[in-house]
Amino acid sequence: MSKETSDFHWGMVIDLDRCTGCGACVTACQAENNIPIIKQDGIAKGRNLHWLRIERYWDGEFPHVRARFLPMLCQQCDDAPCEPVCPVYASYHNPEGLNGQVYNRCVGTRYCANNCPYAVRVFNFFNPDWPKPLEQQLSPDVTVRSRGVMEKCSFCIQRIRRAKEVVRLENRELADGEIVPACAQTCPPQAIAFGNLNDPDSHVSRLARSPRRFRLFEDLGTEPSVIYLKGGGHEHPG
Amino acid sequence: MNTRVDHNDAARMNRAMLSSMTAPTWRWYLLAAVLGGVVALGLYAFTVQVTTGMGVTGINRPVMWGIYIISFVFWVGLSHSGTMVSAILRLSQASWRRPILRGAEAMTVFSIAVAGLFPLIHLGRNWIFYYLLPYPNQRGLWPNFRSPLLFDMVAINTYIIGSSIFLYIGMLPDLAVVRDRSSGWKRRVYAFLAMGWRGSAEQWRVFSRGSTLLACLIIPVAVSVHSIVAWDFAVTLVPGWHSTIFAPYFVIGAITSGVAAVITLMIVIRKLFKLEEFLLPIHFDNMAKLLLAVCLLWSYFYFAEVFTTWYAHKPIEWEIFRFMTSHYGIIFLIMMLGNTIVPIISLCFRRVRRSIPALLIITVLVNVAMFIERFLIVVPSLSHKNIPFIWGSYTPSWVELSIGIAAFALFFLLYTLFAKFFPILAVTDVREQEEALIGSQQLGRTRVGTLVNEE
Repeated sequence: MSKETSDFHWGMVIDLDRCTGCGACVTACQAENNIPIIKQDGIAKGRNLHWLRIERYWDGEFPHVRARFLPMLCQQCDDAPCEPVCPVYASYHNPEGLNGQVYNRCVGTRYCANNCPYAVRVFNFFNPDWPKPLEQQLSPDVTVRSRGVMEKCSFCIQRIRRAKEVVRLENRELADGEIVPACAQTCPPQAIAFGNLNDPDSHVSRLARSPRRFRLFEDLGTEPSVIYLKGGGHEHPG
Repeated sequence: MNTRVDHNDAARMNRAMLSSMTAPTWRWYLLAAVLGGVVALGLYAFTVQVTTGMGVTGINRPVMWGIYIISFVFWVGLSHSGTMVSAILRLSQASWRRPILRGAEAMTVFSIAVAGLFPLIHLGRNWIFYYLLPYPNQRGLWPNFRSPLLFDMVAINTYIIGSSIFLYIGMLPDLAVVRDRSSGWKRRVYAFLAMGWRGSAEQWRVFSRGSTLLACLIIPVAVSVHSIVAWDFAVTLVPGWHSTIFAPYFVIGAITSGVAAVITLMIVIRKLFKLEEFLLPIHFDNMAKLLLAVCLLWSYFYFAEVFTTWYAHKPIEWEIFRFMTSHYGIIFLIMMLGNTIVPIISLCFRRVRRSIPALLIITVLVNVAMFIERFLIVVPSLSHKNIPFIWGSYTPSWVELSIGIAAFALFFLLYTLFAKFFPILAVTDVREQEEALIGSQQLGRTRVGTLVNEE
C-alpha cells in the first residue's frame, strides 16, 4: 500500500469455522472500550453502540437450517470510504493502516457512517450513561465519548500504544502476538487472531494466506484489513 | 424618472406597484406573528435537540440522515427558481418576465438562506460548526477539501452571496424610487441603500451591463450548486446513491421545484397586492409551458435512472427500489402523480395553463412531490444498505418535523418582511415595458432606451 510508511500494518483474521456466535467478544469489547450501555428501547431504535457485533444469518430451509455467525467490526480499510468524506479529518488514516477516529475533531455530520458499506460506525445520540456500578470499571486508557460524535472499533489502539511503550522501555523488538485486542483475548474458540500483516512470518500473515480466506465486499475496492476464513472442515465433507 | 411620461400616469403606476410597502395593517401583523410563532416553535425544538442530543430525532443506524438533509436539498432546489427564471429570461429578453423578476430573485435568496441553516442544524455538535470553516486555527488543521460537504459549503456560500448581489443590484433603481417617495429616517435608509442612484444615462449603461453580466455569471453557479448537492450522494458507495446521473437529475429536479414555486408565488403576489393588470394570463401560460418542459425532463431522468437499475438488477441496487415501493408505496405514488402524471397531462391544455386555481393546485402538488422525491432519495438508500443485518427504516420525530415546518414559516416570514420594506415588483422594469408598449414617449425612449437596446 502506497499509503504506508510504517513497519506495521495491523490486521485481523477471523476464522468463521471456529466462531460459535457466543458473543464473548462483544462483551469484552464493551468493557475494554468504555462503550455506553444502550437499553432495549434504544437498541430497537437502532441506537446500538457496539463496536463489534455478531451478525446471525439463517441458512437453508427448515428443518435443515444452519445459523451462520459473522463477527462484524470496523474493517480498517486501506481505501476507506469513511475517510475522504469527513470534512474535518476526524476520520483519518494512520501510518499503521488503521482508520483513526479523532473524537475531538468530529462535528457529527454522520457522513462517514452513511458511506461505510459495513455499517460499523456508531453515533452517540446522547451523552453516555452507565448504570451503577458499571461506571466504576471504565478504562482509564480510553476516552469517554460525548454525544454528537462518531465512534467505531479502533483495533484496541490503546493496547497497541501501550505495547509499543513497553517495548521501547525494554529496548527490544515487538514480538508477534504481544498485542491482543480484547475480542481476540476473550474468544473461547480462538477464532480471532491479530497481528502485523507487514511481517510475512507473523501468525496473522500465515493465516491470511489460507485458501479459505476472503474479505467482505471485496468488489467495492475498500481493501479491508480484516480477513475472514471460511469453508474448510466438517461443513464441506464432499 | 423625469421622462415625458404623463406624471400622473407614472405616479399611479409607482403607487400601484409599491402598494405592498404601505403601512402594515393588523392583518399583516397577525400574519407576521403567526409565522414568528411557528419559527419560535422550531427554535424551541432545536434548543431541545442541542441540550439533549441528536437522539431526540428519528435518525438511527443505518439512516443517519433524515429530514434535515431532505429539507436542505429541497430548499436548495427551490432556490433555483429565481436564478433560472430571472437570469435566463433576462438573457433571452422575454419581456413578460418583468413583473415576477424581483419576487423570484428574493425567493432565491431566502430559500438558499433557509437551506444553509440545515447542514448546521443537522450536526451532532452544532456548537463547533466553525470547524468546517477554513481559517487558521489552534488545531493546525484545514478542513478536508476532499469532502463533498466542503464543496457544499463553498457552493452554498457562493450562491448566497451571488444571488444576494443579483437581487440587490437589480433593485437599485427601485430603491431610488422608494427613496424619492419616502421621508425622514426612512429616506436616509433608502438613500443609503440606493447608493446615490440618480438615473443618469451613464448609470443606466453601467447598470444594464452589470445586470447582464451577473445574469450570465449566476447561471453556472446555480447549476454547479445543485450538482454539488447531488454529489453529496453520488460520490458515496451507497447503493442507489452512487449514480452518475445524479448531478443533472438534481439540477432538473431543482428547476422543476423552482419553476413551480415561482408560479405559486406569482399567484399569491397577484392576489395579495391586486396586480391583475401586471400579471396577465399570458405570463402564467408561459411559465406553465416551462414547468411542463421541466416536468417532462424530470420524468425522463427518473425513468432513465430506474430503468437501468431494473435492467441490470444488481441485487442490492434493486433492493432499494423494492424497499421504497413496498415501505413508502403511498408517498411514492403521490410523487409520481405530482411530478409526472398530473402536470404532464394537465399542462398540455391551454385552459389549464391559463386557469389560476388549477395552476395553484398543480404547482403546490409539484413541490409536495419534490419534497417526497428528496425523502425517497435519502431514506430508502440508507435504510437498506449493503449489510442486511443492519437494515432499518426511518420515521421523523416531532423535533425534526417542527424544525422542518419552522423552516417554511421562516421563509414566508422573511419574504413578508422583504415585501413590506422593499419593492417586491420590479418597478422600473415594468414601467419600462409599459412605456415601450405605449410607444409615444420619444424623449423618454432615448433616456431609457440604452437599457432596452442593450439588454
